[in-house]
Amino acid sequence: MNKNIVLCGVGGQGTVLASKLISAAAMAKDIPVMSAETIGMAQRGGSVFSHLRMGDDIYSPMIAKGTADIILGFEPGETVRMLPYLKPDGQVIVSSREVMPVTASLTGGSYSGADMIAYLQKNVKNLFVIDTDKAVKELGSAKVLNIIMLGAAVSSGALGLEKKDIKNAIIEKVPEKFHELNFRALDYYGNK
Amino acid sequence: MHKEFLMGNEAIALGALAAGVDLVCGYPGTPSTEVLETVAKKNTGNVYVEWSVNEKAAMEVAAGAAYSGARVMVTMKQMGLNVASDPLMCVEYIGVKGGMVVLVADDPGPISSQTEQDTRHFASFSKVPCFDPSSAQEAYDMMAEAFELSEKYQTPVFMRSTTRVSHGYASIEVRDPEEYVVNKPEGFVKDTNRWVIFPKLSNANHKKIVARNDELADVFSAYAGNRIFPENAGIDEKLSKKGIAAGGISFTYAMEARAELSGLRLLKVSTPYPFPEKKAVEFLEGLDEVLCMEELDPVIEDGLIYVCGKYGLKTKILGKHTGHSPVAGELSRDIALEMLAEFTGIKREKTEEKELPPLPVRPPVLCAGCPHRASFYAVKRAMKGRKCIFAGDIGCYTLGNAQPLDMVDTCLCMGAGLGIAQGVGHMDPETKCFAFVGDSTFFASAIPGVINAVYNQADMTLVVLDNSTTAMTGHQPHPGTGHTMMGQVVDKVSIDAVLRGCGLTVVEHVNPMELEKAVDTVKKVADEPGVKAIIFEYPCVAIVKPEKPLHVDVSSCIGCQKCIKEIGCPALSMRDGKAVIDESQCTGCTLCSQICSMDAIKKPCNGDCGSEKAQKTGGANE
Repeated sequence: MNKNIVLCGVGGQGTVLASKLISAAAMAKDIPVMSAETIGMAQRGGSVFSHLRMGDDIYSPMIAKGTADIILGFEPGETVRMLPYLKPDGQVIVSSREVMPVTASLTGGSYSGADMIAYLQKNVKNLFVIDTDKAVKELGSAKVLNIIMLGAAVSSGALGLEKKDIKNAIIEKVPEKFHELNFRALDYYGNK
Repeated sequence: MHKEFLMGNEAIALGALAAGVDLVCGYPGTPSTEVLETVAKKNTGNVYVEWSVNEKAAMEVAAGAAYSGARVMVTMKQMGLNVASDPLMCVEYIGVKGGMVVLVADDPGPISSQTEQDTRHFASFSKVPCFDPSSAQEAYDMMAEAFELSEKYQTPVFMRSTTRVSHGYASIEVRDPEEYVVNKPEGFVKDTNRWVIFPKLSNANHKKIVARNDELADVFSAYAGNRIFPENAGIDEKLSKKGIAAGGISFTYAMEARAELSGLRLLKVSTPYPFPEKKAVEFLEGLDEVLCMEELDPVIEDGLIYVCGKYGLKTKILGKHTGHSPVAGELSRDIALEMLAEFTGIKREKTEEKELPPLPVRPPVLCAGCPHRASFYAVKRAMKGRKCIFAGDIGCYTLGNAQPLDMVDTCLCMGAGLGIAQGVGHMDPETKCFAFVGDSTFFASAIPGVINAVYNQADMTLVVLDNSTTAMTGHQPHPGTGHTMMGQVVDKVSIDAVLRGCGLTVVEHVNPMELEKAVDTVKKVADEPGVKAIIFEYPCVAIVKPEKPLHVDVSSCIGCQKCIKEIGCPALSMRDGKAVIDESQCTGCTLCSQICSMDAIKKPCNGDCGSEKAQKTGGANE
């Protein structure tokens, strides 16, 4: 089963780790996987994305427009930016929590995450909006937003992976002192 | 053998380790940096690893080790190859004994470079054979082949990568450490007829190099990396007269684009230099038209045009010269699909692209608490109203050009700011000329510029932005940090001592976070005659533990936005007519509190000062 996944957000939100956890989970199941991501100057506070492809007969880590099965969006505006990559019946899982551009105050360029969610609701049939504000508050840390989103994506069945696969990947990739918090974040949405 | 999920650069590093590399050196530069870092991390204990002071030094260290029979790899980005070109051009004439692989990562786009130069052209210019992998697995496998070829023909060999190969990840097959080749370098053996470059030797070796590269063109024609698809001559009836030629990451785009047209003939070029002529002739046989897919320069395209001319073939070669391919920027899956649709006349079903609503713009900015912001601001305040030029340089501090700082008037290449400031000053002595340079860049390429200024009686102020690291490329150590890639703690090379050694008598040190003092220092130093320097010393916020975040006392804040408009710190924004500080970003640097006219920005107050605490936002889980 081939899957094209776009992860997107703002530098610092943990798209790279989320992408690595999905990859590790896929590899543990012997599924070939490739990915490509933003590295360097764009990382801090900039728009960032990961392209992740699972399955056989893949040459390029990059995804063509209109062919992503899933967009996992950590930020509403960045999710809209990646929408051209979604295939017509593709699924979007988006965090409702907006991140203001660092230059917003300077340039007066304000922006509304709610407008972006409204746009997605109008244009994407297969949409899940995740109330990450609530999740972050209850979990007591904004740092696990990426894992909350990953948990929601796994629960939706869209990744073809199970939570225990991601848990094993967390054990492998994340320092032990953060395991418990990450497990709670992973289990926040959907079944364990 | 086992499988690992590796970045292309990590795969290159492991490939070198598996090939028994003895020495790895280089200078950091995106997208090449992770190669050397991975070698250092996975060092079995048998490899000497160093961040050299610049690429020229690295190339020379590598040459010396290769003369000694060691297997060596030297790493850099494409801009670095310009710096290393002097020893490279010569070492090709001298040759090597141990395998020498020159890893250069090109940056189509460019994403984080000044130019879109193509190392494949450097290969033909320097006559150095070149491998061009298309994936992490191929890069890994090619490292062994590159070392073998280098030793067999006693020549340095290029391993040329690009951003998407270097920074793409894949699950690939790699050797277990027990399977690594073990190489035992003989050591340097004196032979003046071999190792000392003289015109007579160069003339003799030039002839040998040309003959060798003719031979290599044949060797590469038989090399499995240069392939014609489909393997069996079964060619699509409708498309029997058309073909594609591609290399590097563009090969993967081409393969994906022709997935539905598996009969369409395709030539994969994995060794752009020497060009595999005979393979190309075999590919061109019976084709009317060939579309070339490649990034940067039309190297494969030119190779095929040359072959057509040489062998009298009538095939039309389409690409950058004919308007069938973009001439600048990265290719993409989508561009490849469009190119192929136009070429074959088989239109693909396009999903309708909806117009997107206006999206937030997120340009790169100096981090919250970045000492460069404070340094630029101090110079700006000190020189307000005076005729100045601020020559910038390569590093995070290039971002000092953005509003509201607007303190970078020029930026060219590593270390160039010094020379530019001198040139401007010679033409307009009334202008106060400043050159800004980071600590790593200072050691890498600024010192000759300093000596040039002193010797030639320039009038300029050198501003060294010393943040104790090579920040832009991910915090590599350098001569001023006191650490090496072998884990040694060593004496730091003093920037102050270097400057005084070059003849400067005015060298002032100041903490940029002490604003008034910094401004006074700049005023004083700028009015001294001749060449003088200010060293702003404060560590990069990414390598030290931040201080407690500041907060705004809303009863004192009058909403004038001075803090925002003067320094543009990303931790500061306006909410309900008052400034607010994002606690998750603020490092407690206090620069904004020193600017506020109302004294409204406060240090932590244990919650008893009645101010509204800034709301936590963002945060990372990296």
